[in-house]
Amino acid sequence: MDVLVDNASLILDGFWKTLQLTVVSGAYALVIGVLVAIARVSPVGILRGFGTVYVTLFRNTPLLILIIIAYYGMPDIGINPGFFPLITIAMGIYTSTFIAEALRSGINGVPVGQAEAARAIGMPFGMTMTQVVLPQAGRLIVPPVASVLIALVKNTSLAGAFGIAEATFRMRGLLNDHATDRWWIFFGIGLGYVVIVEVISLVAYLIERRWKVVSR
Amino acid sequence: MKISTRFAALGAAALLTLAACGDAGDDTTEAADNDYEVVDSPEFDAGTRMAEIAEAGKVKIGVKFDQPGIGFKAAGSDEPTGFDPEMGKILAGQLGLEPKDIEWVETISDNREPFLQNGTVDFVLASYSITDERRQVVGQAGPYYLTGQQLLVAADSDIKGPEDLKGQKVCSVTGSTPIKTIEEKYDVTPAGFDTYSECVEQLKNGSVDAVTTDGSILLGYAAQDPDALKVVGEPFSEERYGIGYSKDSPELCTFINDSLTKAFEDGSWEDAFDATLGKSGNEVPEAPKLDACA
Repeated sequence: MDVLVDNASLILDGFWKTLQLTVVSGAYALVIGVLVAIARVSPVGILRGFGTVYVTLFRNTPLLILIIIAYYGMPDIGINPGFFPLITIAMGIYTSTFIAEALRSGINGVPVGQAEAARAIGMPFGMTMTQVVLPQAGRLIVPPVASVLIALVKNTSLAGAFGIAEATFRMRGLLNDHATDRWWIFFGIGLGYVVIVEVISLVAYLIERRWKVVSR
Repeated sequence: MKISTRFAALGAAALLTLAACGDAGDDTTEAADNDYEVVDSPEFDAGTRMAEIAEAGKVKIGVKFDQPGIGFKAAGSDEPTGFDPEMGKILAGQLGLEPKDIEWVETISDNREPFLQNGTVDFVLASYSITDERRQVVGQAGPYYLTGQQLLVAADSDIKGPEDLKGQKVCSVTGSTPIKTIEEKYDVTPAGFDTYSECVEQLKNGSVDAVTTDGSILLGYAAQDPDALKVVGEPFSEERYGIGYSKDSPELCTFINDSLTKAFEDGSWEDAFDATLGKSGNEVPEAPKLDACA
């Protein structure tokens, strides 16, 4: 227990880095993911093709391999913005494919009949999308997007072996110094990740509740 | 069929590339051909761990696979080379075992204590610094070698010692003692990787400013690539390499110390050093004084 208290500032520092990694990679993932999802459901064939290739390529490559390509490949061709940009780009690209697929499933999950009915009562296309399809799609994607972001939080632990002093890096440092307190260290670091994940779950729950259909 | 041949060709090409990368191609990683004494049917008290190992005719020794000069296994080779494996052979010889009876297990900084505790290995000789914390969970006999933390930098770098490092990125193995020491003492940005070889790669492509760990390890890397890398500064810590063993068998301590004393006296320790670390231009140091067994 003492080991956690004595090293609290080091551990918090590590989780601060973990949070930064999550937020920056998550932002990349959401932006790219939305664009790719739009490409995948768009009526333009070439965009659909691009979206499909992008998802196939990056969703099927292990994250570790994407990171290694970023770390060793990019500096080789003269691009070396540093560890943090490299790893967040790699994690952002990887995660964006899952976001894109979650969004696509949400949009496709709204029955075609809904849009047809809206058009039938005279709604224009824009209104059909904003008033009928997207609100229902939005509700459908909250749980899968939350899961993807939760997975991202845990994936950031790979950064500990790629030059970034985040929570897992701190854990391994502490394990080396305090061989007698292994269980407390695992417990404390594990708890830190649980807290971050629970915050994401809670936000997802609140959004879901807000958007819930009230049946009467 | 056509496709499968093409893939086979690709695979072969990839393998060749890998082999080319793994080939360090200089004498710090070549096997030393020293012969150490192998005791003919050694006598141990019944029930001791030494008797068990000698009886089984097989010993599992954990060494590093990525530290040229200390413990290194080249791609495609069967046996690790370096000072630690040589010491392992000396130790095995005292148990009446030939080098071929040794099973080499790769240990990294993180898993040395667990491997000893759960019996994955019988001994750890993996640049394993003796510390009080570690001695609470495993046994560490020795030391058999003294070294200190130094810096490896690019050959054209201005860094002359640890004082020049403030705010710079310094690479070492995640979870190791050197990375903690450098962060605490010299206020650097720590960059952790899984192996020292990855750190050296990051140093070569300019992502980090220095690599730090025990001087003996760094000298091995500098010797592999003297045009690109150099070791700078005086050692700023004292590391005492010990031989790890399980606390369940405290009798091993006396055995290890006796074997080391013998190796210091009959010159085999010096031979092991000359054939490995000595190649990067190091003088044979004085034999360290052993800690007494509890």
